[in-house]
Amino acid sequence: MKIPYYPGCTLSTKAKGYDRSGRAVAAALGMDLVELPDWQCCGATFPLATDNSMALIAPTRVLYQAEQAGEQVAALCAICYHVLKRTQTALERDPAMRERINWFTEQEYGGRVRVVHLLELLRDHLGWDELARRVVRPLTGLRAAPYYGCLLLRPYDEIGLDNPEAPTVLHDLIRALGAEPMDFPYSLECCGSYLTVKDPAVSETLSRDIVASARAAGAQALVTACPLCQFNLDWPQRETAFGRTGDEIPVLYFTQLMAVALGLPEEDWGVEEMYTDPRPLLRKWAGGDG
Amino acid sequence: MEEISGEDLLACNQCGKCSAGVRRGGDGHAPQPGHPHGPTGDDGGPAESDDLDLRLLCLTCVTRCPKGVDLPRLMEALREISLRAGASEINLDQLPPDLVRELPQLAIVGGFRKYIK
Repeated sequence: MKIPYYPGCTLSTKAKGYDRSGRAVAAALGMDLVELPDWQCCGATFPLATDNSMALIAPTRVLYQAEQAGEQVAALCAICYHVLKRTQTALERDPAMRERINWFTEQEYGGRVRVVHLLELLRDHLGWDELARRVVRPLTGLRAAPYYGCLLLRPYDEIGLDNPEAPTVLHDLIRALGAEPMDFPYSLECCGSYLTVKDPAVSETLSRDIVASARAAGAQALVTACPLCQFNLDWPQRETAFGRTGDEIPVLYFTQLMAVALGLPEEDWGVEEMYTDPRPLLRKWAGGDG
Repeated sequence: MEEISGEDLLACNQCGKCSAGVRRGGDGHAPQPGHPHGPTGDDGGPAESDDLDLRLLCLTCVTRCPKGVDLPRLMEALREISLRAGASEINLDQLPPDLVRELPQLAIVGGFRKYIK
């Protein structure tokens, strides 16, 4: 099954490992993520001011490009997904705004394309039981803490991926891979998001609390779907002039965990550029030296 | 504020569910739309407080409001009023150079769109 795919700017640069592992696991499961031939930045923020229709132009252009490619477009980046899905919803509910944007862009976006996250495809099209059957290296004994963050789930009225207060999609995925999903109190708390460019000390404090909470719950790794969450949680654990503390835990994309469980080669894991190297942990399940 | 946000401030009955969901990184009170001390200042303009800067846009409040008030839109309206008056909330010179080299692209694009006009 071919699925039009929007990588977004970060998965083409800073988070290449998410892109690589995402494409690899999708292919291994029979889903061919076909990158849109001509795409641009989604804008990275959804405008909340009603008189700021300019900020809807970038995501609408992406939706128009996607509409030329098929009925749905898949995203991996939680923020791209958030922006595109909310734009899709907003323009469905406000046809006059859609006409206005179309007039400006001189592109006729018809409102037919549906934005989906890979997690939705796995849950709704493949199913957790089928995913579990495809696992060749069950991650038995791995204690993985699902970190949902914010933008993947909220606001439910416009996103609708999972329960915004008690989500299960990452829990179910981790369980299907044979690992143990570890509940922890900060699973849904904000990592600071864009605040990292405005007040990095604050977002670093927030993120350290999240990692500490997962560690206290006994987790060996955090699992996320967002490249900004990944950065915010992993960056404070980087090696500094004082070395490392020794109690770091890797912050993985869910696709990287899947790559290990599906028996894909280590180059498909896409973990080279992380501040906390997860390979010493993951190789235990990959067999030998991986 | 209501014009920019499209929200009805008076719909808030100060139940506090939004404030209870706030995860904040600094000191001070959590906002409630209808509270006399927030989110507006005495003159009806943006409150003189760091609170506005530290709203994280985690959207927990909008999930929990029983009256359907979209607090992030109200906070965005305050931020827009401040930015349109000429304020810029990011001081690039104060960001650590090693952080700037490593930041994901979406943090830069999103942060600049959110905090600079």
